[in-house]
Amino acid sequence: MSILVTITFGLLILAIFVAFVRLVRGPSLPARVVALDLMGSLVVGFIAIYAVAIDQPIFLDVAIVLALIGFLGTVAFAYFIEKGELPWQKV
Amino acid sequence: MAESLSLILLLVGAIFMLLAAIGLARMPDVFTRMHSSTKSATLGVSFIMLGVALFFNDFAISARALAIVVFMFFTAPVAAHMIGRAAYLSRVQLWEGTLSDEMEGCYNPKTHVLASQSPSVTEKESNTSPGEPR
Repeated sequence: MSILVTITFGLLILAIFVAFVRLVRGPSLPARVVALDLMGSLVVGFIAIYAVAIDQPIFLDVAIVLALIGFLGTVAFAYFIEKGELPWQKV
Repeated sequence: MAESLSLILLLVGAIFMLLAAIGLARMPDVFTRMHSSTKSATLGVSFIMLGVALFFNDFAISARALAIVVFMFFTAPVAAHMIGRAAYLSRVQLWEGTLSDEMEGCYNPKTHVLASQSPSVTEKESNTSPGEPR
């Protein structure tokens, strides 16, 4: 495994950690959903780099499925935020 | 040669994704956060998938990587639009430095239907336009 792949892994892990900080701290529910959406994209990239690192292209299928699931999750969250009551907000 | 180029592409994609995460953590507002995270994460995934396609150098795997890129380019704007609309309709606080909110009052709060102009703006304009016959 090349040193470049190791650096790439480090950068992505740092990015996931920073996005997770926003997921925990985000003041409103839409902010948390945006952070979760970004974390989904980051994990898709992470899986692709893992497929390169161990030389197994079969993991790209996992990345495809995860991209699909992440999109569906974000759309479902947006739908229910728009429909629902606002329990986190005092109107 | 192709392998080192693909590794550099992976590194560039990871840097873009790190920039997206930093923007997500540092921006003051849901909408500015989406502005930084959505576009830059899509670009990062595209670079990484380009690097993967170049690394394996096989038609079936390259088609798979390209499918991920196309899928991200289709779904990321849709997801960002939906979550932005939901955030605006649930009255998430804007940043205190926001200069203008052009959609203020345009949404019907009950039905979530967007009108072209808010009622207060139309009233003001009809009062100030002098040559208009009543």
